Amino acid sequence: MANHTLALRHQFDDVDQQKDASTFGMWLFLATEVLFFGGMFCCYTVYRSLYPAAFGAASNHLSVIWGGVSTAVLICSSYFMACSVNSAASGRKNALITYLVLTILFAATFLVIEMSEWHNLYTEGMMPGFNFTFHEGDFRHVQLFYCMYFSMTGLHASHVTVGIGILTVLLIRAARGVFSPQYHTPVEVSGLYWHFVDLVWIYLFPLYYLVARHVHAG
Amino acid sequence: MNPSFQLLPPEASTTAAHLDHLTVYLLIVATFFTVLIFALIFYFAIKYRRRSEYERPVEVHGGMTLEIVWSVVPFLLMMVMFVWGASVFFEMSRPPDDAMNVYVVAKQWMWKTQHLEGHREINELHVPLGRPIRLTMTSEDVIHSFYMPAFRVKFDVLPGRYTTAWFNPTKPGQYHLFCAEYCGTLHSGMIGWIYVMEPSDYETWLAGGTGGESLAASGEKLFQYLACANCHRTDKPGRCPNLEGLFGQPVLLTTNQTVKADEAYIRESILDPGAKIVAGYQNIMPSFQGLVTEEELLQLIEYIKSLGKHPQTVAAPGAIPPGLQTRGTAGGNLLNPPPASPGSQQQQK
Amino acid sequence: MITAIAPPRENYLTHEYGIKSWLLTQDHKRIALLYLGAISFFFFLGGIFATIIRLELLTPPGDLVSSQTYNKLFSLHGIIMIFLFMIPSIPATLGNFLVPMMIGCKDLAFPKINLLSWYIFMAGGALILYAMLRGGVDTGWTFYVPFSTSYANTYVILTAVGIFIAGFSSILTGLNFIVTIHRMRAPGLTWFRLPLFIWSMYATSVIQVLGTPVIAVTLLLVAVERGFHIGIFDPALGGDPVLFQHLFWFYSHPAVYIMVLPGMGVISELVSVYSRKRVFGYKFVAFSSVAIAVLGFLVWGHHMFVSSQSVYASLIFSFLSFMVAVPSAIKVFNWTATLYKGSISYDTPMLYAFGFIGLFTIGGLTGTFLATLGFDVHVTDTYFVVAHFHYIMVGGTMMAYLGGLHYWWPKITGRMYHEGWAKLSALVVFLGFNLTFFPQFIMGYLGMPRRYHAYPPEFQVYHVLSTAGASVLAVGYLIPAIYFIWAMRYGQPAPDNPWGATGLEWQTSSPPPPENFEITPVVTQEAYDYSILEEMTVG
Repeated sequence: MANHTLALRHQFDDVDQQKDASTFGMWLFLATEVLFFGGMFCCYTVYRSLYPAAFGAASNHLSVIWGGVSTAVLICSSYFMACSVNSAASGRKNALITYLVLTILFAATFLVIEMSEWHNLYTEGMMPGFNFTFHEGDFRHVQLFYCMYFSMTGLHASHVTVGIGILTVLLIRAARGVFSPQYHTPVEVSGLYWHFVDLVWIYLFPLYYLVARHVHAG
Repeated sequence: MNPSFQLLPPEASTTAAHLDHLTVYLLIVATFFTVLIFALIFYFAIKYRRRSEYERPVEVHGGMTLEIVWSVVPFLLMMVMFVWGASVFFEMSRPPDDAMNVYVVAKQWMWKTQHLEGHREINELHVPLGRPIRLTMTSEDVIHSFYMPAFRVKFDVLPGRYTTAWFNPTKPGQYHLFCAEYCGTLHSGMIGWIYVMEPSDYETWLAGGTGGESLAASGEKLFQYLACANCHRTDKPGRCPNLEGLFGQPVLLTTNQTVKADEAYIRESILDPGAKIVAGYQNIMPSFQGLVTEEELLQLIEYIKSLGKHPQTVAAPGAIPPGLQTRGTAGGNLLNPPPASPGSQQQQK
Repeated sequence: MITAIAPPRENYLTHEYGIKSWLLTQDHKRIALLYLGAISFFFFLGGIFATIIRLELLTPPGDLVSSQTYNKLFSLHGIIMIFLFMIPSIPATLGNFLVPMMIGCKDLAFPKINLLSWYIFMAGGALILYAMLRGGVDTGWTFYVPFSTSYANTYVILTAVGIFIAGFSSILTGLNFIVTIHRMRAPGLTWFRLPLFIWSMYATSVIQVLGTPVIAVTLLLVAVERGFHIGIFDPALGGDPVLFQHLFWFYSHPAVYIMVLPGMGVISELVSVYSRKRVFGYKFVAFSSVAIAVLGFLVWGHHMFVSSQSVYASLIFSFLSFMVAVPSAIKVFNWTATLYKGSISYDTPMLYAFGFIGLFTIGGLTGTFLATLGFDVHVTDTYFVVAHFHYIMVGGTMMAYLGGLHYWWPKITGRMYHEGWAKLSALVVFLGFNLTFFPQFIMGYLGMPRRYHAYPPEFQVYHVLSTAGASVLAVGYLIPAIYFIWAMRYGQPAPDNPWGATGLEWQTSSPPPPENFEITPVVTQEAYDYSILEEMTVG
């Protein structure tokens, strides 16, 4: 069993190099993720500029309150993730465990809210491919809006799910006392990933929930 | 076509001649560099072949002058290609105003063509010599591409929108028509012939054909049959916009945007009336999606075009402030809708 | 030249035995060999499809196979050759083997991720094979909508998901290379002392990391649209099919550079070692790789000049496409200039390098034809395009791949191949290739559309030439397969540095020890410094 406090893999010369490489690798992975979501954001942008009225009408159908609540929940989760990294860096094992549990709980809450929203949309007949009964105005492009909405929030939700998996593994390892101020790179790079997932939602929320509120209000 | 050995395709349109000149230039540049590189490789490989295992060549360090020369010279030669190619492309993209209109509808796996005079053909197109032909094309299913190698003309044919291509045939004869965008099982069977005829022969062909009524006349019948005329009336203010003189004009929408009433706009308004609503009207028109075919749509468009009695106002869409332009028809013009009267719902288009 | 052969040392092939030691290995060299096995299989599979396609096209009517079968054949040929052979070819085999050795480290930064990427690749490949066995796919490798989403009745979703999965293998390999090249270079190995192969692998990896996710998400959307019958791209459901083409080519054009940049890197190595000279204009060649990677992201629209994109967009894409030709031209001129006053030997890898330079020149020049707006309208979607990209990929990348495989074969396996057979096959490949693909340029200008199962009789003469060439080419590819396998067992043991090369990979034993170097090398001079070669080879 390798000594985890100084878990240096054979291909590296020293711990600094290893840590550098891991962090750099995660940033590159996030670059990939940006482009991954970027393809969908590009579709969204094109379609919204082509059919602004339909997108506005469709957007006003979403519940801004629940969207806002899930945004707040996810930001809290991200905050606890930051606390986790901080605890790991200063070697506070119990705090690390507590914060990781909180991070996971808030992430799970986010998913529950999102799923209930999906369910509502399904029962209201706003889910293309399954139950789409909306036939007012430019309904074909309203449908397009919801295709994009479900694709993008679905992809985001799958990232949250993967994140919960990663955090659970971290939790188990933290409970075993693997991390120390000298070795906590996994917590740090998972934190990067988690903040990225949060950040994607920060874009999704206004683009889907708020985009046409002013039109509606006026 | 002569099925024997050929090196170059027939050059049967004005564009083909222009493109072939460009091709000659491209070939000269390419041949020069290919020969240069091959010759240098052979020459160096032989002259500097290794004569002994212990041979150590002198170091030749890179030269800035050389690097600049072999970056700038190809660049300049390529800029000639760029400008020349772009000028040919612009020519290909801009049909002359006097071009003769022909409609093309593609489907898996055939080409359907319609002449304004009403002649309809399948996998064939007869055109007169020396007259620019403008093709307005759409597809019923997947993406196709209308390709006539002898005229050097190709353009994709997409479902749900109109694309255009044009050519001016310069030699009578029979030429290939291919589908160039892969479209499914019988893609290679989606081929046909273009017949370029002397104008007099073309007139004979038109007279002797199975044409019957013109496209616009078919469109008018359809307009009555589908009961479009119940709302889109010309005699009194109706619930819908008046279509007289509509084609080619800017239209003000409820969203304050202005769009040009072209083929695509009319098509969309028939199939998807809620997408763009004319200012001052309600969205009450039912969709005709699935009720009219692409060919019938083209007939309706041709009919609406034929309603344009006024000389077209030369103005860019959006350049005319609402209210400045009048068209003097009873239903009010499209840029300046009539005041909404209670009880009578107005409908778009 | 080398008289004494070192006594056998423990090397990466012999320090562990058994299937498990291979399937669970984290050694980049063994993973490279796993990839080599997998992609060789896919290459011959794709080759079989190509053979049937060429046989079918011998006669104008479609008489050998049905239209539907023909369409599946060219689709699978494209999908397998591009996603399962060309893209992983040089990066995942030679790159995997050589990147750590060339920069003097023990392994890639993330060996587990490296192994994972092989498994992901195999999973994607298995899914595509499964789709093939179920009945295949007939959309072409381009998956154009709405055909792929609403009209094709073949296994589009399975195949698209297979490509989606295989894409992540490409991303992870690229990510691993970038981190390794940034963080793990040997002491003294500065950026401008790096071998040019490393520069080109670096540029390739950037494209893999930034481009691949876009095609992944695009194919995911195609699968979702098809699976749930919703409209994201289908115009009948409110979508825009041209948007799909933009997203598709945003990756698939840079993908061309994923395929050819590593080949350019290999050629830089070969030209240098067999001329015993530093590559002429080292920095220009290095930066041209980066320039190609960057500009390559800005030219995708040149696939869409007749797709109804705006005329002005076409104008810009045309201009940028000419821009990307400049760094390519710089490379060709610099390789040629490297030969000047060199000490040129005619070993097999060098023959492939000559072939590459010549064929890439033709491929590149016809590429400028296609960037020329008016010309492209006539020849796009014809055999001219087919000929052009085969000149780049088969004439270019495939030549470089074979050249590189011959060059590093002694290092990889510790055995020499048969030089006579190797020279013969290089010649056969060159001749067969030209006979196959040159007639297709003429055919394309004549107007022969691509993906045609049956065709008008006036094109037959060119198709016959092409098919004849293809059979020569097939022989050219089979010969190396045979003598390589033979050499693995019976070849002469290879010396550590059979070519008298300067790279770090030649300063360790053949085959290398499990951690590449007995002692971490320290680099004190530029790459390709042949003035110090005396003491290395003459012993």
